[in-house]
Formats: sequence, structure tokens, C-alpha cells
Amino acid sequence: MEYGFSTAAYVVAAVLFILSLGGLSGQESAKRAVWYGIVGMGLAVLATLMGPGQGNWVLSVILVIAGGVIGWMVAQRVQMTEMPQLVAAMHSLVGLAAVFIGFNAEIEMVRIAALQAAGDATGLEALKGFAEKVAHKTPAEINILKIEVFLGVFIGAVTFTGSVIAFGKLAGKVTSKAMKLPGGHLLNAAAAAGSLALLVMYFNGAGSWTLILMTLLAFFIGYHLIMGIGGADMPVVVSMLNSYSGWAAAAIGFSLSNDLLIVVGALVGSSGAILSYIMCKAMNRSFVSVILGGFGNTSGPAMEIAGEQIAIDADGVAAALNDADSVIIVPGYGMAVAQAQQSVSELTRKLRAKGKEVRFAIHPVAGRLPGHMNVLLAEAKVPYDIVLEMDEINEDFPDTDVVIVIGSNDIVNPAAQEDPNSPIAGMPVLEVWKAKQVFVSKRGQGTGYSGIENPLFYKENTRMFYGDAKKSLDHLLPMVE
Amino acid sequence: MKIGAARETFEGEARVAMTPDSAIQLQKLGHECFVETGAGKAAGFSDTAYEKAGVTVVGSEVDLFGAVDVVAKVRPPTEAEAELLRSGQTLISFFYPAQNKDLLERCKDQGATVVAMDMVPRISRAQKMDALSSMANIAGYRAVIEAGNNFGRFFTGQVTAAGKVPPAKVLVVGAGVAGLAAIGTATALGAITYAFDVRPEVAEQIESMGAEFVYLDFSETQTDGAATGGYAAPSSPEFREAQLKKFRELAPDMDIVITTALIPGRDAPVLWTKDMVEAMKPGSVIVDLAAERGGNCELTKADEKIVTDNGVTIVGYTDFPSRMAAQASTLYSTNIRHMLTDLTPGKDGVINHNMEDDVIRGATVTHEGAITFPPPPPKVQAIAAQKPKEKVKEPTPEEKRAAEIAAFKAQTRSQFTLLGVGGALMLLVGLYAPASFLQHFIVFVLACFVGFQVIWNVSHSLHTPLMAITNAISSIIIVGALLQIGSGSWLVMLLAALSVFMAGINIFGGFMVTRRMLAMFQKS
Repeated sequence: MEYGFSTAAYVVAAVLFILSLGGLSGQESAKRAVWYGIVGMGLAVLATLMGPGQGNWVLSVILVIAGGVIGWMVAQRVQMTEMPQLVAAMHSLVGLAAVFIGFNAEIEMVRIAALQAAGDATGLEALKGFAEKVAHKTPAEINILKIEVFLGVFIGAVTFTGSVIAFGKLAGKVTSKAMKLPGGHLLNAAAAAGSLALLVMYFNGAGSWTLILMTLLAFFIGYHLIMGIGGADMPVVVSMLNSYSGWAAAAIGFSLSNDLLIVVGALVGSSGAILSYIMCKAMNRSFVSVILGGFGNTSGPAMEIAGEQIAIDADGVAAALNDADSVIIVPGYGMAVAQAQQSVSELTRKLRAKGKEVRFAIHPVAGRLPGHMNVLLAEAKVPYDIVLEMDEINEDFPDTDVVIVIGSNDIVNPAAQEDPNSPIAGMPVLEVWKAKQVFVSKRGQGTGYSGIENPLFYKENTRMFYGDAKKSLDHLLPMVE
Repeated sequence: MKIGAARETFEGEARVAMTPDSAIQLQKLGHECFVETGAGKAAGFSDTAYEKAGVTVVGSEVDLFGAVDVVAKVRPPTEAEAELLRSGQTLISFFYPAQNKDLLERCKDQGATVVAMDMVPRISRAQKMDALSSMANIAGYRAVIEAGNNFGRFFTGQVTAAGKVPPAKVLVVGAGVAGLAAIGTATALGAITYAFDVRPEVAEQIESMGAEFVYLDFSETQTDGAATGGYAAPSSPEFREAQLKKFRELAPDMDIVITTALIPGRDAPVLWTKDMVEAMKPGSVIVDLAAERGGNCELTKADEKIVTDNGVTIVGYTDFPSRMAAQASTLYSTNIRHMLTDLTPGKDGVINHNMEDDVIRGATVTHEGAITFPPPPPKVQAIAAQKPKEKVKEPTPEEKRAAEIAAFKAQTRSQFTLLGVGGALMLLVGLYAPASFLQHFIVFVLACFVGFQVIWNVSHSLHTPLMAITNAISSIIIVGALLQIGSGSWLVMLLAALSVFMAGINIFGGFMVTRRMLAMFQKS
């Protein structure tokens, strides 16, 4: 079919994708937005299949359907708590696809260069599809194409191994601690410098081996970079990889001269970049320091904490809840680990049925994925209009009777405001300690991901409700009447 | 033990220290209850009602004092009553030991143990026996009712067919228990209520009762109420001046003034001077709850209601609780019962006068032939010391404006820099790159721009669906693979086919899971 037709279809698809992302500004419009995305994707694939330069469409359709069935099954089965792993795993697929497509471009370039060198006019005539396009490029365009391919493969490779490691960490298959090989970030820097040198060599026609070697180096960078980041920084990592997968698609779009790929890649890339920025801001840390891994050094001795952690049993919590008029629940990663969202939802239902005001306060970096807590609570059928973000609810704590902190630690740490020497000083936190009473549901007396003591646990109005979050809550439920 | 309530001999005193209800509770503690005939009559409790509750009604005061181990009263005992006390007997009543030194000596000489209800320390545990508070609560309520009785207008503002009625303005001076009760009552009746107190930390309590706190523009830090057990302390002359100046300002506007300012162990401070009374409108009412101790108003006459030359009514009654005898007796007898509960830890009818207990020690003024007043300071601090509140300085409009302009300028500057650098880079690329690349590059830059604009609007709670959907969309890379799959070479075909397959997983998986997530978001 005509070139014009597929371009037109691409424009429509691009507009649909933009609408799809824009629609996520509200819960209701988001439901429509998904359909925009699906239609846009369908249109793009159809237009490509029917467009110029397509050969093997039977095979393509079979493969898409086969992949689709697998994707469908995975999506149906996945638990909402496993969302971070799933997203990371899917990023790796995009990264790997980018690497393959980049290689293809290189293979074609080599083949055509050979044909041209041999002066095989019939061979050149017989070229079709992508190869035909490459054959018509001027030397300057070929040079640009080389850079594009190189970049696409590099970003794709980093995304691939990075996402695989992120998946492993989130799924608990790889230790979530920050691990670095001896040499630390020097290794990364050396690998990056090596890649740059390889780019220069590749550009000057050193051959395909430079591309392959660079891919291996990029694989290493992806692996090592993500291994060095852990725990609470995972939301940044996942959104960063999300961004990379977009940039990889955009780079591939350049090498294939395909505007739709460029547009969508740029959209996804900027989306991930903004998410990373929001997450970093929520932790009061610069992007670089997150990438470099681990929390920075303290500038002085930490403030002494006076007092002791006072434990309380379910009876005490239930009594306080029965007396309270307003309750705020602050969930964290611990709730996801203990799969306690259903019990939390049940508690919310009971309290609300008694006419109490129950709300949720969500810190931007709670959990291991941006918005992770919102999805878990939504799964447990907690209405989204009582789930508020930090800025909306932080001023309400002084008027609140009871705050229940479930499995979160650093995001409710008063040291961020009170102790200028604290490693998390200046990080915006939920000011739960201003409420009349705070219950902290926690497995034991340990510290959070950052390894910092939490003065909240020692405050006079704080009581520690030790135990697995789900078991504690299930124990508590029958007592709330 | 035998517990008996005597009839109050003080003229006009209508309260009684035991009600039929409290007697039932006392019997549950293992005690036996007695009451002097006619003791509850003025408060509305007949002898028959007492008998029904299992109380023995005794004919005379002498018989009662002779029969029981514990005498419960409201007012401090008279000379005659003190003489009836015997060694080992306990008297529970208001006593005011600081003012009644002779009476204290007298009771000591008789060998009786006296528990003064007005000496119960102000700690959380003792609130249930804090008779001063329960009486003050009644006094505060009654003060407003009394004021309304003498005030010729509505409390609440109304717009009626017969004209508009402005709401009454009430000023409450001193926000202790009585003051707060008065604020609550006045607000409930619909008046606009203002309140003042020398202790700045009560501002919050005042506002919680619905009144407006009258702030003094005075920099000297006031003594924290926590240091004096929650009571007010005398203020410096400068502070007093500032305070009076404020009252002078308010006086012409106020319809009703209720003063409740007392400092423990001193005469009531004069806060409402003659010239303030003169400045008030005719028909206004002043209720002085401090009348017994000299009054907060200069013109107050104790136990009297007077009308000044300019038509201001000043009520100086000192028996507000007694004017609501039924209610006052119920509360007071409950305070007494709680005191006896603490004195009977075993609930076996045996009184154990534990002088180690902070509350009992504090309230006991004579014990085993010795005067035990004043008590040592309680081991438990009454109120936690307040942290000084930091005042957040409101920026002036000029400062705000300047800050806004500065922020705008900084924003403009950073945008210009970005545009400049970006533009220069673009030009640089344009110089070297071929035209076909630049075409795509423009598309790329614009798409980034659109992306940034769109993503900022995404709702916080939808970040996970956003990631899932961008993930699905990033599988647009399938288009690249589809373009290559028919390219010829088998290796190219294989790699492209793999890419198509993986992207296929991603497309379906990504969109499906997003849909699943979004379907879960429900409104309540």
C-alpha cells in the first residue's frame, strides 16, 4: 500500500498515544485512556503490516499472536504485589528487542556495503524493505545511521540487563542489598569509556566486532549499575529503566527513519524521566546520588534518641480505634510484603461503617514502584478518594486521633526534619508524630532500608504493635466493634 | 464502714453530699450509708428516696455524727459541727485549709481525719474526684443563664419579620473550667463569644469551645501554666496595664461580661474597673464568679445583684452551684464516691487511708492528730510543660510581591538559558547532520516536549498504571522489527522474528495489566 497511508496511520496512532498518556490525569478518564493506547497500537501494527516494505506478514501475525497469548496469561495471573517485578521484566523485553533490531540494521548495512563494493547491480535491485531503504542512503546518512544504531544498541543493552537485575531484586531472587564489584563505579566509568572508544572505532569502519564488544560492555554496565542500587531506591530504578526503554525505542526509530517510533520513544522516555525526578525529589536526593547507590555520608553524629519503644497488644489498639473519630493509615513496603492490603481494607470498611473518618496517606516513594501502594489498596477495594498523597494530608495530622503506620519506616522518620545530621535530613516525610496517637505495625525492632534509627518509635505518643502486619491486623479486626 | 451525709446548715446551701444513686454505689463498696433527715430536701431528694436506696435516715445531726465513721458534707464544718467530730472519724468536705486555720486546728484537736475536697491535686487520675472542677462547670453554665435572665435581648442573632436582632456579644475573662463552661453555654445559645486568659496556652481550648481568643499585643513571656499546676499566676504590672487597655477597648461593645479570674490563695484580681462599667451600654450584664473573693469587677457586691446608674446589672452571687442543687449534688456526690472508692481499695468496706497515695495525701489536711497541710508537691507533674510555640512570620504583601517577582525572574532566566543552550546545540547539529536526520530530530524534540507537558498532569496515584501503559506503548518497537522481518537474510529474519515475539508479549501483557489495575480503582 501507499507510503502516504501508513504515515497517516502513524500520525493518528501518535495522537492516540499522547491522549492515552494525558488521560491518566484522573482515575475515570484513565479507563478510557487505555483504549486509546490499545487502538493506537493496533493501528500502528496494522499500518506497518500493510504498508510498504513488509514481506513476511504471515509469520509476523503468528508471532504477535503467540507473544500475545503469553502476555495475556501473565497479565491475568500476576498478583498486584508482584507488579514491580512484572514491569521490570517487561522493560527487559523492550531492551532486548532494541538490541536485536540494532544488530539487524548493522547486518543489512554490511550486506549492502558488500553488494555495493562488488558492484552487484542486480543484487541491489533485488533488495526490498528495510534493506532497500538503506541502500539509497548517502554516505553522510550512513554515518549518522551508524551512530544511531550504536546508541540504540547501547541503551537497549543497558536496559536489558538492568531490568533483568531489577526483576531479580524485586522478586527476591537476587539480594536486594546494594552490591558492587571491587572498583565500584570506576568499573562502570571504564566500561562507558570503552564503549565510547568503540563508537569511534565503529564509526571509522572498524567492523561489526566493535558493536558486539560494546554490547557486552553495555550488558555489564546495566548489570553492575543496578546491582549497586537497592531497597528503597527501587522506585527510581524502575522508572529510570522505563525511561531507558523509551530512549532505546527512539534511537531505533532514528536508525529506521520511523517517526512513530521516535515520537513514542520520546513520550515514554520523558515519562520515565519525570517519574524518576518525582521519586528523587520525594527522597530529597539527586538523581546522581541514587544512581551512585547507597545513602550519602552523614555530616556529624546522629542525634541521641531518648526513651524506649513501648509495645502494645491488639486490645490496646482496638480500644484506641474504637474511641477515635479520625484515623489515618500510612502503608509502606511492609504491607506489600505481608500481603496485608485485604486486612487493611477490611479494617477500613469496619471503621467507616461506624462513621469514623478513615484516610490513607501515601508517600511518593512508599513501596517499590511509583504508585505501588495505590494499586494495592485499589486491588483491596479501598475507594481511591480516601487515598491521599503526602501534600494533601500532611497538614491534617495534628487533628487526627489515631495514625496506623503499617510497614513503613523512613517515610515517617521525624529525623528528616529534626536532625540536620541525619542521612535523610531534608527529605519530605509524613508528619505522623503530630497526631494524638501513633501505632506502628512492624515485624521487629530493626531499622529501615536506610539503616537509620527512627525517633518516631521512641516518641511518647507512639506504641509499637509488633508482628507480621497481616496477622496483627487479622487479630485486631474482631476487636474493632 | 458507716458513711453519713449531714444536712447543710449554712443558709441558702441547697446541695447535699450524698444522693440515693451515690449511696447505691457506696453500698457496693461494702459501706453502710446514713443520711440526716431532710438533708436532700432542698436538692429534690426526699427521705423516702434515700430509704428506698437502702440508706438509714437519722433524726438529728448529733445522732448522725455519733453513728458514722465517715461524715460527708459540702460546706466546711461550722464550729458546732467540728465539735461533734471524734477521734478516728473522717470528714470529707470542702475545707479551704489555707483560709480556715482555726477550724483546721480545731479538727486536729478533735483527732479527726479531714479530707478536703478542694485540695485534690490536679492530676489526670484525680479528675474524677475534682469537685472544684465539677462545681466550677456548673457555675460557668449558671453564670450565662443568670446573665441571660437579666439581659433584655436574645443571645442569638435573628432576622425576623418584625426586624433584625443582632447577636449578643459575650466576653469571658479567665478560661478555667468555669470560663470554658461559660464559653460553651454562651456559644450554644448563639452569642458571639470572646474570651481572655493570661495563660497563652489555653488559647487552643478557648477556640475549641467556639470562642475567639482575645490576643494581647505583649511580648513578655507569661509563666507557663504547667509550673503552677494549671492555675494562673499573678502577672506583672506592665502586663496588667496592657490587659486593662484591651478591656477598655472591648467594654463599649460587650453586652455580657462573665469574669472568672482567680489566682489560688489570693484575692481576686480587679480586671473590670469602674470606668469600664461606665463605658458599657445600658442593659448590659456583668456576672462576677469571683465575687466570693472580692470580685473581678470593682463594683461587685458579694451575694447581691446591683444595677449601676448607667443601667448595667452586676450579678455577684456566690452560690451558683447551690442554685442548681440537684445537678450540683449529683456531681458532688459522685466526686465523693470516687474519693471513697480510692479510700477503699479492697472494695470490702474497710477504709485504708494510704498516705503514700498522691491524691489521698494531697487532699488530707489533718490525720491522726496532726496537721498535714500543706502537702508535699505531688510526684506526678500535673501537666506536661508546654514547648514554646514558634510564631511563623507572615510575610507582608510587599515581601510576597518581591518574592514572586524574584521567582518569576529566576524562572525566566533559567528558561532563557535552557532555550539558548538548546538552540545553540540544535544549530550545531544542523551544521553537520544531513537534512533527513534533522527532520526526524525535530519530531523527536517536539515529542519530548509533548511528553513532558502531558506527564506532569498524571495523577500521583496512577503512577503504576502509567508505567505499565508506557511499557506497553514502548513495544511500538515492534514496528521496527516488522519492517525488518521481510528483509531477506535469514539471520535478520530470525532476530526480527524474536523481537516481534517479545514485543507481542509486551503489548498484550502491558495493556491487559493496565486495564486490570484501572478497573480496581473505585470511588467510595
